[in-house]
Amino acid sequence: MKILVQQTDFDAGAELAALGASDASVGGVACFIGRVRDINEGGGVSGMFLEHYPAMTSKAIADIVDKAAERWQVLDATVIHRVGQLQPLDQIVFVGVASGHRGDAFAACEFIMDFLKTRAPFWKKETTPQGERWVEARASDDTAAERWK
Amino acid sequence: MKVKVLYFARLREAIGLESEFIEFPGEKASIAALLDVLRKRGGKWATEAGVDSGNRLAVNQQLAGLITPLHDGDEVAMFPPVTGG
Repeated sequence: MKILVQQTDFDAGAELAALGASDASVGGVACFIGRVRDINEGGGVSGMFLEHYPAMTSKAIADIVDKAAERWQVLDATVIHRVGQLQPLDQIVFVGVASGHRGDAFAACEFIMDFLKTRAPFWKKETTPQGERWVEARASDDTAAERWK
Repeated sequence: MKVKVLYFARLREAIGLESEFIEFPGEKASIAALLDVLRKRGGKWATEAGVDSGNRLAVNQQLAGLITPLHDGDEVAMFPPVTGG
């Protein structure tokens, strides 16, 4: 398992290739890459600052990956979340899961993303033409996480 | 006993404070007792720093609830709903 919280960009191709690379029981790798959009809540977004709680962040992500591994076969997993100042088009998050079969890989990947959105201590602040604003949590994200119960 | 309290994101900006130490008489306290201390400060503390305004809590970097006990040296964090991913 690899968990990184970093300011710098990541090479998604290299991360994908590295997932379970020496494990011949891996039948597939599922991944999600999040990017910064240039529009949110009807306004243009020219920048996004990611704040986090450094002492808690990696631990919270590890707990989420562990929970996924209790429910599905997770042979390897990588989660990378960027922090600091980002711009539209920038990659913000990478979640990759290697498993024996696609069903487990897809489900674990989606589960990890849903819980990253609702349980990991990150906060987004957008820069818009009207100034800076903290992004509001979405009820739809809570609903997405609830369905795994 | 004494705990460290951290504030994040919108909440930190609203109350204008990043962290502080709060002391309680005796050996133990709870999240509820901590919230009571903050509420009694009035002003922004009463309107922004409680859980009614949607804030979440963590004790020693684990998400926590109102009845979570506090011990000397604990690190408590209070923050708005998370918006990462």
